[in-house]
Amino acid sequence: MARDMNWWDLTGNTMRVGLFVPCYIDAFFPRVGIATLELLERFDLDVDYPFDQTCCGQPMANSGCQAEAAATERLFVANFRDYDYVVCPSGSCVHHVRSKFDAIEQTPDVTAVRSKTFELVEFLHDILKVEAFPWASFPHKVGLHNGCGSLRGLHHARPSELNEPFFSKPLDLLQKVDGIEFVTPTRPDECCGFGGTFSVFEEAVSVKMGQDKVADHTKAGADYIVSADTSCLMHQQGCAERDGSKMKFIHIAEVLNGARQ
Amino acid sequence: MNETPHSPGEARPRAAREAQPKGAADPGKGRVDHAEAAKRFIAAPEHLKFHDERLWDIRMKRDRQMHAIPEWEELRRLASAIKDHTLSHLDTYLEQFEAAAKANGVHVHWAKDGAEHNAIVLGLLRDHGAKTLIKSKSMLTEECGMRQALVEAGIEITETDLGERIQQLDAEAPSHIVMPAVHKLRRDVSDVFARTLGTEQGNDDIHYLAESQRMTTRPLILEADAGMTGGNFIIAETGAVVVCTNEGNADLSANTPKLHIVSVGIEKLLPRTSDLGVFIRLLSRSALGSPITQYTSHFRSPRAGAEMHIVLVDNGRSTRLGMPEFWTSLKCIRCGACMNTCPVYRRSGGLSYGFTYAGPIGLVIDPTFDKHKFSSLPFASTLNGSCTNVCPVKINLHEQIYAWRAVMAENHELPFAKKTAMAAAGALLASPRLFRAAIATADQALLSLPRFAQYNALNAWGKGRENPRGAGQTFHAWWAKNRAGKAKAAAPGKQPS
Ligand code: SF4
Repeated sequence: MARDMNWWDLTGNTMRVGLFVPCYIDAFFPRVGIATLELLERFDLDVDYPFDQTCCGQPMANSGCQAEAAATERLFVANFRDYDYVVCPSGSCVHHVRSKFDAIEQTPDVTAVRSKTFELVEFLHDILKVEAFPWASFPHKVGLHNGCGSLRGLHHARPSELNEPFFSKPLDLLQKVDGIEFVTPTRPDECCGFGGTFSVFEEAVSVKMGQDKVADHTKAGADYIVSADTSCLMHQQGCAERDGSKMKFIHIAEVLNGARQ
Repeated sequence: MNETPHSPGEARPRAAREAQPKGAADPGKGRVDHAEAAKRFIAAPEHLKFHDERLWDIRMKRDRQMHAIPEWEELRRLASAIKDHTLSHLDTYLEQFEAAAKANGVHVHWAKDGAEHNAIVLGLLRDHGAKTLIKSKSMLTEECGMRQALVEAGIEITETDLGERIQQLDAEAPSHIVMPAVHKLRRDVSDVFARTLGTEQGNDDIHYLAESQRMTTRPLILEADAGMTGGNFIIAETGAVVVCTNEGNADLSANTPKLHIVSVGIEKLLPRTSDLGVFIRLLSRSALGSPITQYTSHFRSPRAGAEMHIVLVDNGRSTRLGMPEFWTSLKCIRCGACMNTCPVYRRSGGLSYGFTYAGPIGLVIDPTFDKHKFSSLPFASTLNGSCTNVCPVKINLHEQIYAWRAVMAENHELPFAKKTAMAAAGALLASPRLFRAAIATADQALLSLPRFAQYNALNAWGKGRENPRGAGQTFHAWWAKNRAGKAKAAAPGKQPS
């Protein structure tokens, strides 16, 4: 197993991971949090869920409200200060923590938490360097949706705009799942239109973008849209259901954890 | 000739045709409402589909051109570095440019704002007894409101760029900095030409329309008293002005009348002619996905018997240069690639932004012209970052859009409802106890979570989307039940129950 290569085994310590379950996953998609937890537990990590966690501050900061984001950011640091790594199944939240998160003073505690916070795909791909998911099988046609925070913010994959060598961390992981088949939409990394408060502030454009995204995957022959970004899935699913689409939505943590559908 | 299918022989009633959506309403002293205009654009599905697909197609062509150039990313880095350097030594290079241009026999004028620019141009026209002006496309003259100012002073203006001419005839602003009429369907153009040029009603054949415009515009060009062009680049070491067009219309505007006026922003400087190659290679590939524009014209000195004047315009640029978070927006070469790739721009149309500059670059520079009027523009973005990646001069557009949001909040430019909602969300999310109570049930969570809290009275989320359903229990509750005492567990890594 890949974990043999990691330092904490050599030192005899178990890696302590703080699981961050963002507010909307907590409330609406607990199965994504559970799948993330179960998946991490398969790798002999000490996974803990700090009980007083709420959010990373992104909703306020994305609206320009830095002052209103400060207390939430402070709480985030207090909750996650004591772990080796913080792992979260949501790209946009991690992007906020890592690249923005400056409503509060950048003390050593704050910068440490920021640099050890990872999105699940990166954590599996770059830190644990997982080579197999023998328990996972997903014999379906899937379209992969890279949320923009993950794609362009966390560099999960090479975005289509750049003339750089192709790579895709989520694809690398999903390819290890038995029976999975990929389809490619015509606009693979066009934004789906969620955008946090954009989804209500620019309701018409947001919904149109979501409809277009689902339609593009449908045309490509996908049965499932898989993503590391729950908020994108929530938005796309809302659009699909309203339109009577048969498209199904699943988080990458569920697929990698061996969800059977 | 109708684009929409209908039974043969049946004349489709004109009234049933989808009208071209109009742009953002004039806000008076208020804020431009992009969301409202975007909603009307989306309510016109034929226009929306055409606009989105046309611009996406150009983005795809741009990608193909990019992949044909292995050193593409190196070119972008170089272009960005040259612009960074030039903008940090702008005073020196401007003086060098002025001296070189004067030595070439060109008159150089300095305009601190739009009004001064318009007055200088009008003064030149009056000095030469000029009553008619032909011009090529220039976003700067749009920005300065020149057309209206000159028309009020009795000058007759003819735009020679086809798209810009269409917009002039329709009394509408350009919707795209490279393709001013890209939001119009063929039949919209046909209607405008039938009304203003007397072309055949209902004939929307592209060749017929283009030819008709040509035939009506050519005589005006030949007779015009003065010609005006913009400038894509101006070169400090030589004093030359470089104009890139596909229609050759800048050459007509510059070379036909005896007076050639160039209006150009002070940020368009490049130090040397040898720098130009980097930008010419990037410009048209980024803009239209073509390797180069049909014409790249260098104007250096007046023709024999003619005069050449260059008006160097500030109009807020030197103030922008002093803004730590936003000064690099001055690197923009106006290629429009950020607009073509922007999923919001493609689905809302350039006119919904209420100013000359639309799309990502508009969100960044429009507020520098009027912070209050354009205060909602930085929110017309999902911050997806595609714009930043296509920008040939590597402007971090989506980060600047994000930074503007904080500026707007600090300047009390957020709508009251939004500010209140964010203050409430901030208080809620900072308190585990309040937060837990608020999301104890999914129904409650729908009302409380920040993404829904805002405008939930209008149910903006649920208008076109289903709400996420409750899952019975939160993850938090699940953890309490299934992993109680976990923190103290001695043997981690056991298989979940
Ligand atoms: S900001 Fe960049 S991409 Fe947009 S128009 Fe300017 S140069 Fe082109």
